[in-house]
Amino acid sequence: MPDPALQRLRLTYGKGEAIRFISNLDLMRLWERAARRARLPLAYSHGFNPQPKIANAHALPVGCAGENEVIDLWLEARVEPEEVARRLREALPPAAQLIHVEEADPREPSLQSRVCAAEYRAQVQTDEMGHAIAERVQVLLAAQELPRQRARHGKPPVIYDLRPLLLDLRLRGYGNGEATFWMRLRAEPGATGRPDEVLDALGLADVPRRVARERLIFAEFVQVAPASAAPVISDDDTDPESPLE
Amino acid sequence: MDVEIALDRILPHVEKPARYTGGEYNSIVKNWTQVPYRLALAFPDTYELGMSNLGLAILYDIVNKEPDMLAERVYCPWPDMEGAMRREGIPLYSLETYHPLTDFDVIGFSLPYEQLYTNVLTMLDLAGLPLRAAERDEHHPLIIAGGSAVYNPEPMADFFDAFIVGEGEEVILEVMRTYGGWREDWDQALTPLPPSLLYSSRGAGLCGPPTAKFGRGSEGHPAKHDLLRRLARIEGVYVPSFYEAEYNADGTFAAIHPTVPDVPARITKRIVPVLPPPVTRFIVPYLDIVHNRAAIEIQRGCTRGCRFCHAGMVFRPVRERPLAEILQAVDDIIAQTGFEEVSFLSLSSSDYSKIGDLVRETMRRHGDKRLSIGLPSLRIESFSVDIMEQLEKGRRRSGFTFAPEAATDRLRDVINKPVSTDALLQVAEEVYSRGWTTIKLYFMIGHPTQTMEDVRAIARLARQVLAVGRKHIGKKANVRIGVSTLVPKPHTPFQWVPLEEESLIREQLSYLRDALSGPGLHLNWNNPRETLLEAVLSRGDRRLGRVIRRAWELGAKLDGWQDQFNDAAWTQAYQECGIDPDFYARRPRALDEAFPWDHIDVGLKKKFLADEYQNALAGKVIVDCREHCFSCGILKTFKEERKQTPDEMWGCPAVGHRRTGAPLRILESPVPVDESLLIPLSLALTPQPLSPKVGRGG
Ligand code: SF4
Repeated sequence: MPDPALQRLRLTYGKGEAIRFISNLDLMRLWERAARRARLPLAYSHGFNPQPKIANAHALPVGCAGENEVIDLWLEARVEPEEVARRLREALPPAAQLIHVEEADPREPSLQSRVCAAEYRAQVQTDEMGHAIAERVQVLLAAQELPRQRARHGKPPVIYDLRPLLLDLRLRGYGNGEATFWMRLRAEPGATGRPDEVLDALGLADVPRRVARERLIFAEFVQVAPASAAPVISDDDTDPESPLE
Repeated sequence: MDVEIALDRILPHVEKPARYTGGEYNSIVKNWTQVPYRLALAFPDTYELGMSNLGLAILYDIVNKEPDMLAERVYCPWPDMEGAMRREGIPLYSLETYHPLTDFDVIGFSLPYEQLYTNVLTMLDLAGLPLRAAERDEHHPLIIAGGSAVYNPEPMADFFDAFIVGEGEEVILEVMRTYGGWREDWDQALTPLPPSLLYSSRGAGLCGPPTAKFGRGSEGHPAKHDLLRRLARIEGVYVPSFYEAEYNADGTFAAIHPTVPDVPARITKRIVPVLPPPVTRFIVPYLDIVHNRAAIEIQRGCTRGCRFCHAGMVFRPVRERPLAEILQAVDDIIAQTGFEEVSFLSLSSSDYSKIGDLVRETMRRHGDKRLSIGLPSLRIESFSVDIMEQLEKGRRRSGFTFAPEAATDRLRDVINKPVSTDALLQVAEEVYSRGWTTIKLYFMIGHPTQTMEDVRAIARLARQVLAVGRKHIGKKANVRIGVSTLVPKPHTPFQWVPLEEESLIREQLSYLRDALSGPGLHLNWNNPRETLLEAVLSRGDRRLGRVIRRAWELGAKLDGWQDQFNDAAWTQAYQECGIDPDFYARRPRALDEAFPWDHIDVGLKKKFLADEYQNALAGKVIVDCREHCFSCGILKTFKEERKQTPDEMWGCPAVGHRRTGAPLRILESPVPVDESLLIPLSLALTPQPLSPKVGRGG
């Protein structure tokens, strides 16, 4: 639940190429440790296994860089945003770039509940002709349905329709054996498009690529307040309850 | 860079790609072109294990502090990544600057245990380097190894140019400086090697003929020969190609002797008289690694004298780190890494003289910052309720681990871990009555003089402990039992003991499986075939080099991982090379038999080990040698170092004030250990934390 006694800070940051393969869970640990190095009084959840109150707006796909990612941190005691920015910049690894820190209203709904779309840029190595690729972009956008399979770890794959997740797609540039795409994908709980799947649908499945999320798009108003405005990250894959293992 | 483009293609398709990308906080990226001497620190297993190794963290810190040197990390890729790298022609590269290993001057491997020998070959091969030292010349990097397994370096003698025996803190810089001096002298003569091409020798033909001519490898290459001669003059450095082994007609090992002038007949391990300042700027991993925390060695060495314990013998003498230095290090670690947990490492933490003050003061300073303390290997007699409760402030734990190692008072006397069953049960009362739910007990089977009665006692004791738990907390109580088989290790009093017969191991394990089934009891055991491999590799001589190479060619890799262990490859390799593994592992040894590791001097007299072996067979117990010095040889070997060291920092008595004593009968309580125990300079961790040895005894 939102706790007005805590200070809520909203950070905008870049997740650089060098850390594009770290998972969302790893990223939470990165922020927790950076905050500890920066001597910020992070707020923790209560209970047997206290977790820091840190909430990322939207998990980046593993392998994808992010240019304007957004995360909320809660502090037990107030620290001026400028001071937070100054201390964090010294404590972050070079691949995590702090862009902006501001205070957020503790009563505001969670970032997660407000994300609705995300924009990506994908640079892909291909020797194909530009017009052939442009044509496939048009075919994709003209399609009514794009049924695809999504593999799941240890479970049978799911069939889903990519088309409604694809809000926009453009071939932004082409040359020197490289094509650059820009796309806007839905990013709502249960309806999140992934840039790799769009590239696969374009017939560019196994080619070297660099993908970056340029920005997240948030809804201004949320009709239904989510159950928790300050989600606590607890999906820890270690088991701190069991030090014997 | 081409490597990075190729990585873009393969990394999205491998498991845990962040193992291969580096960029962590506190990793040190120096300007490659401006640093003349470059060391790759290699750990021949996964990133998660290698990053948990304190020995390598220490060396990384020390070398990178030198302005004209750099140290970068490299680990063994998982098979999916190895396959992808071979397909794409990507040579093994360092995590800091993505340079191929062939671009380094020196590659230093950490060998904490034997099951990662084949991974060394995978890494050399993936780097495009010839596997055998004799096939490499002065254009190739110098390839060396150190760590606990190196106290018997012989099985890996074919593959390394040199071994560092003992503690590496000082000698690593001596090796780098010697290398630097050599390169300056030979600069004109050395032309750079052509750009590395991926070299693959896996799947090459059958085992070659015995390497009888081994030892003559560098003579055709005067520059390399000169480098090795210079290195061999450093104390603690062993250049195996300068020695030749002889065997008796019956195949037993006879002797090893130098083949070039001016190299020592025996190589004495290096020690540091005073522990150097602890590492505080640990690399902070993004991935969740095996030990995702900082570690401070509070004490090195152990004087308890458990007769099966390799670490307890080879890490003597005991040296303590001052309390103030540890407390300062904790402050620095929190500021510099942000870790949530700090482990105080020692072979026996509670033997640290100020353990209570250390825990209390750390909690007073940092308890409110949600810092957890890890205290592996506490002894129960000093493991007070006070310390238990202090630790509890950090993080909730479900219970404790104890390692009685044998289940009868008699057998515990044999192994010199004299703990009474009553004391263990009292500890169980303390633990369960405070609401903790789990006790984990470690036992070994296959100790000398063990009978089936001692095996049955394991099941009985586990059930007694469970009964104590039931009394206090009912069905919530748990006992986890880990059973391993004694591997008689070099340089221990049990080095003369044969490994238990496989049929008997299986019989004993099968008894325990039946006797320890039921609610509240959980049994783990080791695969007897993996135990055999560990025994052969730790007790082997130079003739095993061919077997290791052949097993690797046949697909053996990551032998420490239960799901990767390839028994068929090893069996075929033994056969093809005409080697009987039982000859190494299960042959009873006469007290005067020469061992292939006798020329490696860990500071202990063979007489002391032999006396201790006989004390074992007679069931005699000796006390902690801080109470009575048993003249094991350490003080004699290191008397100069002892003189330089303040009394309170060194466990042995001051030189000239010998206290000696005879075996005594005393009684002690069990030692809880945590498998997370890390040992100085890279003995350590078996990979079980990632691949639990559950329920597959074969
Ligand atoms: S010299 Fe004496 S006190 Fe020192 S380790 Fe050996 S037996 Fe123990």
